[in-house]
Amino acid sequence: MMLIGLGVCVEGLTYKLGTLTHMGPGFFPVALGVILVVLGMLIAATAVAGRPNGGQGTLSKRPEWRGWFCIVAGPALFIILGLYGGMVPATFACVFVSALGDRSATLKGSLALAAVVTVFAAILFYYLLRIPFPLFRWGLW
Amino acid sequence: MGALVIETALQDLWYGFGVALEPHNLLWCFVGVLVGNMVGVLPGMGPLATISMLLPLTYAMKPVAAILMLAGVYYGAQYGGAICSILLNLPCHPPHAVTCLDGFPLTKQGKGGTALGITVLASFVGASFGITEMIFLAPLLVKVALQFGPAEVCTLMLLGLLAGSTLARGSPVKGVAMTVLGLILSTVGSDLETGATRYTFGVPELTDGIELIALALGLFGVAEFMNSINQNAPVDTRYSNVRLRDLRPSREDLRISFPPMIRGTLIGSLCALIPGTGPTIASFVSYATEKKVSKTPERFGLGAIEGVACPEASTHSSVQSDFIPTMSLGIPGDAVLALLLGALIIQGIVPGPQLINQHPDVFWGLIASFWIGNIMLVALNVPLIGVWVKMLSIPYRYLYPTAILFVCMGVYAANNDMFQVAETLVIGVFGYLLLRLDFHPAPLLLGFVLGSRFEENFRRAMLIGRGDFMMFLERPISATFLALSVILIATQLYFWLSKRRSATGESPATVS
Repeated sequence: MMLIGLGVCVEGLTYKLGTLTHMGPGFFPVALGVILVVLGMLIAATAVAGRPNGGQGTLSKRPEWRGWFCIVAGPALFIILGLYGGMVPATFACVFVSALGDRSATLKGSLALAAVVTVFAAILFYYLLRIPFPLFRWGLW
Repeated sequence: MGALVIETALQDLWYGFGVALEPHNLLWCFVGVLVGNMVGVLPGMGPLATISMLLPLTYAMKPVAAILMLAGVYYGAQYGGAICSILLNLPCHPPHAVTCLDGFPLTKQGKGGTALGITVLASFVGASFGITEMIFLAPLLVKVALQFGPAEVCTLMLLGLLAGSTLARGSPVKGVAMTVLGLILSTVGSDLETGATRYTFGVPELTDGIELIALALGLFGVAEFMNSINQNAPVDTRYSNVRLRDLRPSREDLRISFPPMIRGTLIGSLCALIPGTGPTIASFVSYATEKKVSKTPERFGLGAIEGVACPEASTHSSVQSDFIPTMSLGIPGDAVLALLLGALIIQGIVPGPQLINQHPDVFWGLIASFWIGNIMLVALNVPLIGVWVKMLSIPYRYLYPTAILFVCMGVYAANNDMFQVAETLVIGVFGYLLLRLDFHPAPLLLGFVLGSRFEENFRRAMLIGRGDFMMFLERPISATFLALSVILIATQLYFWLSKRRSATGESPATVS
């Protein structure tokens, strides 16, 4: 909590890049940045003050590194494979990898899901909605 | 005078029905409520995520159809959420958390069908009242709001933003911080007046600003999936066998639950008029009221049918009347409505008091579609309850990878631009970090959607007032709004301080 408070402060400070001409483009963001800095300090202050009271914070959940990683990796693969390989590999990889994030997921089940969704997506997006996104392509276009 | 008001309102409404009943619009309205109802039932999928996912689709649609569909998702989800609460004790949507308290005990007693029947009825009553309220109040508000100059618009937005960020879940200071962050994010891109680029850090794709779709899907799609993965408790469907004929409530039940319905409706519509208090607060307040009013408060929590009727009616009336400030003033009460406004902006329609005159088809069509949509929902819910219950058993592990794909595809298809998928991903990770630290993303979206109009009006006001802040105080209406904002902050501070002193470390923040 403290960290984000400080983070917001620093963020606010970097936002002061704008030029303070009278009501120029920079004025509004700079004003907001200053407000955010103040708020950030407030939050940080309450976080510090709140600790002795035994405020445990609300981060009671276990970290789910596998889940998080897979959910981030899915769209990342979608981007890379979408640019270099086309819709089918991108879709398949995206669904397959994100599905692996669930603890009860099996390799086989995820593969099956990915395959079904890929076929479905190809029909829906390529043939029905005609999104200009080739099913397969090689190299960057 | 009064008769004239009613007559013009009826005329406009008639026109609205004409718009809403066009086959094209009718179809999209149906799609909206159907999808809404579906995601309302599914745990782990909220109306926010769904509307964000459907947002790219609206690019290719006409404005009226787009807004009818998205609004349909919103109120359709409310019907679905009630099913989930009553039959499974899963408060998947915050407004319906209260319904669990009495709904689930009823289900255990084998009266789940009755509870659902009452819910459908209560919802319809509540919604109808909310819609009626909108028909008469919105034009009045518009008349007043058309007199507003930039200073008034500016302070009104300030009030709306403050209310939206402090009255919502979690710590008020964090809420305000998120709103400010949203405002800052909205300044990314070209400057409104000079066209100078701001905060693009040399990335040409950011010149047009951050895409609403990327922001919404990042915050309510990717971040939500990261939050809810491996968190879903196994669904207990033991009690959820409901047959159609169970739905019809007995005369006795009807008699008991009628007054609570009316009370709930009134509370809901009042809550909606106060900016920032959406359906969630309305349903909690009405449950508490009902318990106080009741002659047998000890029955509450053990399966009192009033405890279902009242909050449900108030949720629905609040959901419908929430559209009043959104459509007439352009100030959304919560994140869902902010998204709807965003959808309008994407369509090139400027929200605000001029909307009702410039785009009567959107405004009256929407109102008429509320009626049609609610009737559709009643018709859908009664025979399809079995199907909805079956859908509950779809495991989350099949659901979310598919949803992630839809997110990626939707963002890509909106502009055929992979950069925005990356944008979504980054925002999603960032949003999840914020969520972990108890910052709720809803105020951020509110700030983002209102940001550019806020800045525009602020600058205009300063131009008129020659850079003197006193002009906000000199004009009576804007001074009133400012005073209200100050009162709002003061009461928040007061509550916060007293809570700090009394409760030891009990934080008002709730994670959901």
